[in-house]
Amino acid sequence: MIAFVKKYEGLWLFVHSPAAIIAALVAVLTFLGAAFAPWIALVNPYDLASFSLFDGLLPPTWLDGANPKFILGTDDQGRDMISSILYGARLSLVIGLSALSIAAVLGVGLGLAAGYYGGRFDAIVMRIADVQLALPAILTALLIDGIARGILPASIQQDLRVAVLTLAIALSLWVNFARTARASTFVQMNKEYVQAAIMMGQRPIRVMFVHILPNILGPLLVIMTVDLASAILLEATLSFLGIGLPADSPSLGTLIRVGMQFLLSGEWWILWIPTLFLVALVVSINILGDFLRDIFNPRLR
Amino acid sequence: MLTIKDLLVKFPMRFGAFTAIEDVDMTIKPGEIHGLVGESGAGKSTVGAAVIGLLQSPGYVANGTLTLGDTDLRNLSPAEAHKVRGDRISMIFQDPQTSLNPLMTIERQLIETIQTHSSLSESEAINRAVDLLEDIGIKNAAERIKAYPHQFSGGMRQRVVIALAISTDPELIIADEPTTALDVAVQSQVLDLIQRLAKERQIAFMLITHDIGVIAQVADRVTVMRKGRVMETGVTAQVLGKPQHHYTQQLMDSVPPLDRKIDRFRVPEADDTIASNGAMAENWLLEGSQHARTGLSLTGLSVEFAGPRTSIFRKLPPYVALDDVTLNIKPGSIMGLVGESGSGKSTLAKAITGLVTPSSGTMELGDVVLPYGKSRSRQHPSRQLIQMVFQDPYSSLNSRHRIGDILTEPLWFYGFVKDEQEREKLAASMLSLVGMQPDAISKYPHQFSGGQRQRIAVARALLARPRFLICDEPTSALDVSIQAEILNLLKDLQAKFGLTILFISHNLAVVRQMADDTAVLRSGKIEEVGETNALYTAPQADYTKSLLDLTPVMPTTWQT
Repeated sequence: MIAFVKKYEGLWLFVHSPAAIIAALVAVLTFLGAAFAPWIALVNPYDLASFSLFDGLLPPTWLDGANPKFILGTDDQGRDMISSILYGARLSLVIGLSALSIAAVLGVGLGLAAGYYGGRFDAIVMRIADVQLALPAILTALLIDGIARGILPASIQQDLRVAVLTLAIALSLWVNFARTARASTFVQMNKEYVQAAIMMGQRPIRVMFVHILPNILGPLLVIMTVDLASAILLEATLSFLGIGLPADSPSLGTLIRVGMQFLLSGEWWILWIPTLFLVALVVSINILGDFLRDIFNPRLR
Repeated sequence: MLTIKDLLVKFPMRFGAFTAIEDVDMTIKPGEIHGLVGESGAGKSTVGAAVIGLLQSPGYVANGTLTLGDTDLRNLSPAEAHKVRGDRISMIFQDPQTSLNPLMTIERQLIETIQTHSSLSESEAINRAVDLLEDIGIKNAAERIKAYPHQFSGGMRQRVVIALAISTDPELIIADEPTTALDVAVQSQVLDLIQRLAKERQIAFMLITHDIGVIAQVADRVTVMRKGRVMETGVTAQVLGKPQHHYTQQLMDSVPPLDRKIDRFRVPEADDTIASNGAMAENWLLEGSQHARTGLSLTGLSVEFAGPRTSIFRKLPPYVALDDVTLNIKPGSIMGLVGESGSGKSTLAKAITGLVTPSSGTMELGDVVLPYGKSRSRQHPSRQLIQMVFQDPYSSLNSRHRIGDILTEPLWFYGFVKDEQEREKLAASMLSLVGMQPDAISKYPHQFSGGQRQRIAVARALLARPRFLICDEPTSALDVSIQAEILNLLKDLQAKFGLTILFISHNLAVVRQMADDTAVLRSGKIEEVGETNALYTAPQADYTKSLLDLTPVMPTTWQT
C-alpha cells in the first residue's frame, strides 16, 4: 500500500487537496457538459423552434414566478440559461483549446529551435516575441480582426469569425510557450545526454523532439493549463467587446454581453449566472495549473 | 571540547521516520583535527549539522548527548543556540563561491560578523579584520579588504571564509568538504592553514571529507562512517594504517595509490553486479574490432573562444583554451590527461568529438583527418569510431528514455542491427558484459545508482563499436569504492577489445592506475608527456613535480 501511494505521489497529493478536487470537478463537469451539450441541454439556442418567447425572462427556480422546468431561469428570448451556458462553454472551449494547440505548436517549435541553435536565430525569434509581448493581447486580436475584415470578402467573413478569433488568441499566447521552451532547452543543451546525441551525428530535429522535448514537458504542461484559462478569458473579453462572435452564436463572452442590458433591470440572472460560471471555470483551471506546477516542481512543496 | 554520545538523528517522512545517523560517539579535543570520512549517504554532514544545530528540517536529534565544554547543545533556546553558533562554533562550507555574499565587500562581511559577536567599534573591527586576513596569509590585507569576493581567486576566497569562521575565536570549527572544490595546489595551502590554526589557536576542527588522502595528511584522529553508523574510530595512523574493521580495509583498498601502479583494485563484487558474461555482446564487439587498432594524433591544435564584446567597437581578445597542443596517442594504449580545473582538458575532448571548433592544428584518427567542429558532417565515420563516457552519470543518460532505448539507439543509428528484437537482445547482453542485470533494459535511469548509471553509459559507448574512447573524468562524481569498480571495468574492456582511450582526470592517482602514457596540461599548454611510470617517478617539468608533491597521500609506511 505504502509503496503504491509513494509511486503515485501526485495522486496522493491530489486526494489531500480539497481545492484541487473541487477545481477538477468543476473543470471535468464543464468539459463533459460542453461536449454533450446537444444531448443534455433543454433547448438549442441556435434552433429558434426549440424555445418560445412566452418563456422569456423567467427567474431561477428559487424565486417567485419561476417555472421549475428552467432551473436557472431564461433570458429575454425564452432560452434556458443552463442550455445557453452549456452551448456557450462548448464554443468557448473549442476556441480556447484550438487556439492553445496552435500557440503550443508554434511556441514550442520556435522556442526549441531558438534554444538549440542559439545565436542569430535565437535573437530574431526572441525579438519577435518581445514585440508580440509588448502588444496587449486585445490589440493583437483587434489587429487581426481588422485585417481579416479588410481582406476577406464579406460573404465568408461571418463563417470565418471563429477561425479569426482563434488565430488572434493563438498569436497572443505563443510567446509564453516559446520563452519557456527556449529557457528549458538552454538548460538541457548543457546536459551531457544532449551532447552525446549531437556527437553521434543525430539530426537536429531528432535531438530536439526525441531527446530534449520529453525533458522539458513538465513546465510546458503547466503553462498549457494556465494559458487555457487565459484563452477562455481572452475569448470572453473579445466577444464581450463585440469583436469576437456575433450574438447568434453565444459563447460565454457573448452571453455576458447580452446580459449587460439586464444589469439594472431586475433580471440579474441573465448577466450574473454566465459571469459566475466563467469565473468558476477560469479559477478552477488556474488552480489545476498551480497544482500541476507543484507536482512537477518538488522544491515548491 | 566537543562530546557526542549515542547521537541519533531522524527525518520524519510521510511514512515512518528515516534514521540518518545512529549511535554516533565522538570527542574532539581543543587543537585536534578530527576527520570524518565516508562515502556519500554516510551521514557525515548530518553529524556536523546536528552539532551546529542547523539540521535541515524536518530532521531532528532524537536521542543522545551533544556537549561543547559544559554547554548542553541540545537544550538551548533558539536565541542561545544562535549565540553559540558563531561565538563558539563556526562552519566552513564546500564552495567559497556561494558562501560569501557577492554584493558585499570582504570588509563589510568580516565587520558584520565581528560586530555581531563582540562590542568592538567600527574602527577596532576593521583593525581586527585586517589582522585576521594578514594572519591567514593574505598579503596587503589593508588594501585588499575593500575588494568584492569575485576579485579573489578560489583559494583566496576560501581563506576569507576561514577568516570569517575564526573571527569570533570559536572553540570548534566544522569544515564540510572545505577543499573539494579547490585544485591541489590551493588545497594544500588551505589544509596547511587549517593545521596551523588548530595548533596556534587551539581550535578543534571537525573535518568532513570523502578524500582519504586529505584525512591522512592533516587529521589527528579519524572516524569512518557508513550508512549513518560509525565503523571505526581512532588515531589516524592506526585506523588508516592498520584498519580493524573490514569496511575500512575495503575503503583503503579502493583508494588509488599515487606512488605505484596496481593491476586491479581489490573490490568485492557487489550483490547487484553479476560476473560478466554477455558472450553475445563480446563476440559482436570482437567482430567489429577486427580492423586495426586506431591511434589519434593531434598536431599544433589550438582552440580560441571569442572574447566578449564590451561595446560595438571593442571586443576583448580571444581566450586561448588550448595552445598548440601536440599529442600522439598510440593505437590500443591509454593516454592519461591530467590538469587542474580550467586547464583545457574538457575542451580538448570537445575538439576531438567536434563539439568545439579549433582555430588551427590538425587532428588525425588513424589516417583520417578529422574536420573541425561544425564542418564535420553528421555521417562522418569518426562519429561512430569516437565515443565518449561523460563525467556526470546523472546527466549523461536521458532520464525520460528507457535504458533499452538509450542502449539500442547507437545500434539503430549507425545501422549495425536492423532487427529491433535483435537490438534489444544485444543491448541486454552488453549490460551483462558491463556487470549489470540484463533486465535493467526495461527500467529508467533514475532507478539506478551513480555507479550503475556509469556502467550503462559505458555500455552505450561500446554499442557504437568505437575504436577510440574518451573518458572525461568518468569517476570524479562517484564514491571511491564505485570508482574502483568502474576503473576495473574500463581496464578489462580495454584489454579485451584493444580500445584506444583518452583518459581525462584531475586526479593524478587515478591516472597513474589507468594510463600507459600521461600528458600534463596547464592553461592550455602541454607541460610534459611521457610514459606514465617514468613521468610519475621522475617528473621533468617543475609543474608536474609540484602537482605530485602537493597531492595528499598516505605515508608509505602505512601501506599494507
